[in-house]
Amino acid sequence: MSVQQPMARTDAPDKDRDQVNDFSITVGTVNGSGSQTSNLTLLRALFKMGIPVSGKNLFPSNIQGLPTWYTIRVNKDGFLARREEHEIVVAMNPTTFAEDLEKVVPGGAFFYADDIKLEVNRDDVVAYPMPVKDISRNSDAPSSLRTYVANMVYVGVLAHMLGIDLDKLYQALDFHFKGKLKPIDLNFNVIQTAADWARDNLEKQDPYRVEPMDATHDYIMADGNTAAALGSIYGGVQFISWYPITPASSLAESLVQYLPKLRKDPETGKNTFAVVQAEDELAAIGMAVGAGWSGLRAMTSTSGPGISLMTEFAGLAYFAEVPLVIWDVQRVGPSTGLPTRTAQGDLTFIHFLGHGDTEQVVLLPGSVTECFEFGWKAFDIAERLQTPVFVLSDLDFGMNQWMTPPFEYPDKPMDRGKILWEEDLEKIRDEWARYKDIDGDGIPYRTVPGNRHPEASYFARGTGHDENARYSEDAANWVELLGRLKQKYQNACEVVPPPMVDTVEDARIGIIAFGSTEPAIKEARHQLAEAGVKTDFMRVRAIPFSQEVEDFIHQHARNYVVEMNRDGQLHQLLTLEYPDRAMNMISVAYTDGLPMTARKVRETIKAEEAK
Amino acid sequence: MADQTTTGRRLQVNLVGLSKSDYRGNPTTLCQGCGHNSIASQIIAACYDLDIVPEDVVKFSGIGCSSKSPTYFLNRSFGFNSLHGRMPSIATGALFGDHTLKGLGVSGDGDTASIGMGQFKHVIRRNMRLVYIVENNGVYGLTKGQFSATAEEGLQLKNQGTNPYMPVDIAWEALVGNATFVARSFAGDPKQVRELLKAALHHDGIAVLDIISPCVTFNNKDEAVHSYAWGREHEVALHELSYVPPAEDILVDYEEGETKEVTMHDGSTVVLKKLERDYDPTSRSDALRVLEEANECNCLITGLIYIDPEQPSLSDIYNLTEKPLNRLGEKELRPGRETIQKINDLMF
Repeated sequence: MSVQQPMARTDAPDKDRDQVNDFSITVGTVNGSGSQTSNLTLLRALFKMGIPVSGKNLFPSNIQGLPTWYTIRVNKDGFLARREEHEIVVAMNPTTFAEDLEKVVPGGAFFYADDIKLEVNRDDVVAYPMPVKDISRNSDAPSSLRTYVANMVYVGVLAHMLGIDLDKLYQALDFHFKGKLKPIDLNFNVIQTAADWARDNLEKQDPYRVEPMDATHDYIMADGNTAAALGSIYGGVQFISWYPITPASSLAESLVQYLPKLRKDPETGKNTFAVVQAEDELAAIGMAVGAGWSGLRAMTSTSGPGISLMTEFAGLAYFAEVPLVIWDVQRVGPSTGLPTRTAQGDLTFIHFLGHGDTEQVVLLPGSVTECFEFGWKAFDIAERLQTPVFVLSDLDFGMNQWMTPPFEYPDKPMDRGKILWEEDLEKIRDEWARYKDIDGDGIPYRTVPGNRHPEASYFARGTGHDENARYSEDAANWVELLGRLKQKYQNACEVVPPPMVDTVEDARIGIIAFGSTEPAIKEARHQLAEAGVKTDFMRVRAIPFSQEVEDFIHQHARNYVVEMNRDGQLHQLLTLEYPDRAMNMISVAYTDGLPMTARKVRETIKAEEAK
Repeated sequence: MADQTTTGRRLQVNLVGLSKSDYRGNPTTLCQGCGHNSIASQIIAACYDLDIVPEDVVKFSGIGCSSKSPTYFLNRSFGFNSLHGRMPSIATGALFGDHTLKGLGVSGDGDTASIGMGQFKHVIRRNMRLVYIVENNGVYGLTKGQFSATAEEGLQLKNQGTNPYMPVDIAWEALVGNATFVARSFAGDPKQVRELLKAALHHDGIAVLDIISPCVTFNNKDEAVHSYAWGREHEVALHELSYVPPAEDILVDYEEGETKEVTMHDGSTVVLKKLERDYDPTSRSDALRVLEEANECNCLITGLIYIDPEQPSLSDIYNLTEKPLNRLGEKELRPGRETIQKINDLMF
């Protein structure tokens, strides 16, 4: 093998200007070529080196053939939001070669498969060709697997050029292939060969490298859909009906994977759960409503288009007071929209889901760990309130691996709410009626099918009903019923998780957000503070809003409401709730399908503040 | 039957000590003479005769005249009047709550063959243990007389003109969808309805009963195929059917070769007395043929069209705990504290 030199450059970067543990890598590959394994291996190895790291898959709605990108951010200070700058770009896809080359920051590094016969027409970047075909052809991989292992070539080259520990790469492969030596060795040998080749053939001309740290040992790496599934299992989920949809499918698939491990009766081996893949989202939520009505901890998981189909049942469950949990792993709408891109566009839709006067309870997890926590809490809240509880995650949480604190065992016993079995009913039989507000909190007591007490039964319905669930068109009765549902909803603000608030001294500006934008906001606040703009932060975690939400808004002269949608949906809801504060709230709403960046938040606030 | 003395008056009760009135519902709010009322009466009679405890039954319905009728029987049973066309999904989820419950769903031809066709076909595929009654009258009653999907081609209705489309045959759809129990009956033949209901209530899987149930207000002209007159003139019963519970001997003597017996999964028997033809309801191909012949001869074939008592039902497939799922508590439902470390270790 001859020694290959990088392209000649007129403006070589300064090698003394080492940039350690602070850069972004973007890999452009072909969808379906196995690059996800390579990218996750890189991500996990960096994590195992103790370096704060995040990875985001920016992929097309396609099985095979279309361009796909993966972006990894390494940051010693723990700022892990997506960045718009790409210090290191790997080009494996001829179709996007030119575009990928264009992305590299001046002075950055450009790694490319040397079989792509296209010109590297920039002299302000370091370009490194990689003999991808040669190495994969000479590997032990059978020809059918060569395309897949080819992607391990850039892993090996990057490992050498950046200083990624080969042992950690091996650990990552071991995890990915669940200890199966054959694929581990096959892939690792390619990495080793590529690293050796880089050592012998490439001269380091860029400033980027990694060094081991000790900043990740209190974390695990997981995705939000797995976390949600596991949290639901610890919440005692008993019935799941679902219909496949990106990006929610892996939530139900994780339930299928983990339920048999965690929820078989130890003595009999019998299941304490059932999972039904439904014929569509109408049936998925219909079954969950039926199961919730019959006293099971029931859930369904879907994304925007599925929520659209579930609307009628959501209204029925709200009105008939049936507890169930609905996960919406949001993608970009309207319509089919961008099925593989992330957004926070379903907030107002879900909150008002159903015709007539409907207000739904919504939980808003803001980390993968919180996806786990809200996974179990959602059932307690649903059964306590006897109402559907929606949990809004998004594609970025659901399908990407995040560095996140370990899952914590539930710190509270299950709350099954006001449910009456035979002996409970016997005690209050004279007073009880299904929809009678005995306690004055808007929440009646319920019985469920299978309760054999002769007075337990009632006929549930979506039509107007009296306290005994009998059909009623009586005007006073209707007003009373809708009033009680309103009261129940308003009291829910005491039951749902309060916002997370982070304040600094003397800040007059507040930033309000929810969900997956927190990393971008954390970084933007840091940058704003450096520029002399102090900010407080509130991450809203549920609707209805707790008192703390109003307090925070009141405490700040200007509140920037940051969210990933076009119309500023959280801003709209806050304005509706606190109209007297409308002038103190400024919408920072933006959506292009990609996760929020600190730059977007920072620049918008800076510009507003300069006005 | 046992007798029980209450307040000085002798009241007839069944083996579980209940009188007919324990199976009643509210007074009907449907039209006088509606076929659905007759079916409600037969449900009451069948459940009484079978000594079913009402608390062991859950009623389900969708939307429409038919779907109102579960309030007219079994007041002591839980019930859910759900959404238009969505009774199957509500029933499926609810019956997972307690696998010892019997599901009894009432739907209509609009609720099943139009808006609910998808869920109808899929609940059949899953062999949910559910009696699925379609009160089939060829017309939308509650919305005042529009054509339904089972209306025959050429049917003329007031304000609607002439129906240009071919009808959906519910029994046929059930059969090709792999239903394990398919029957057709006629509300004007209450005895047959009752016996079919008894067999259906003892079937361990989906039992579809397509019952022609005339709408006296909107579709009961003599020449309309969902009318009383047409049904009476064109009904051809496949057999005379009687249901015999597991513990009872078959008392009526039939001549050798006069009857066919089908043994249900619980040991009970359906005795089919031969009429004009020798019909075997365990043969799917015979079932399809007889439905096709009914179309050709322009007659209303009634009786047990098909039965397969052997297929596992949905609750068997799911290997559920003996104790009903909805009675499991935190101990059974929340994995132990020691598992959380293992789960975190499984992440990277």
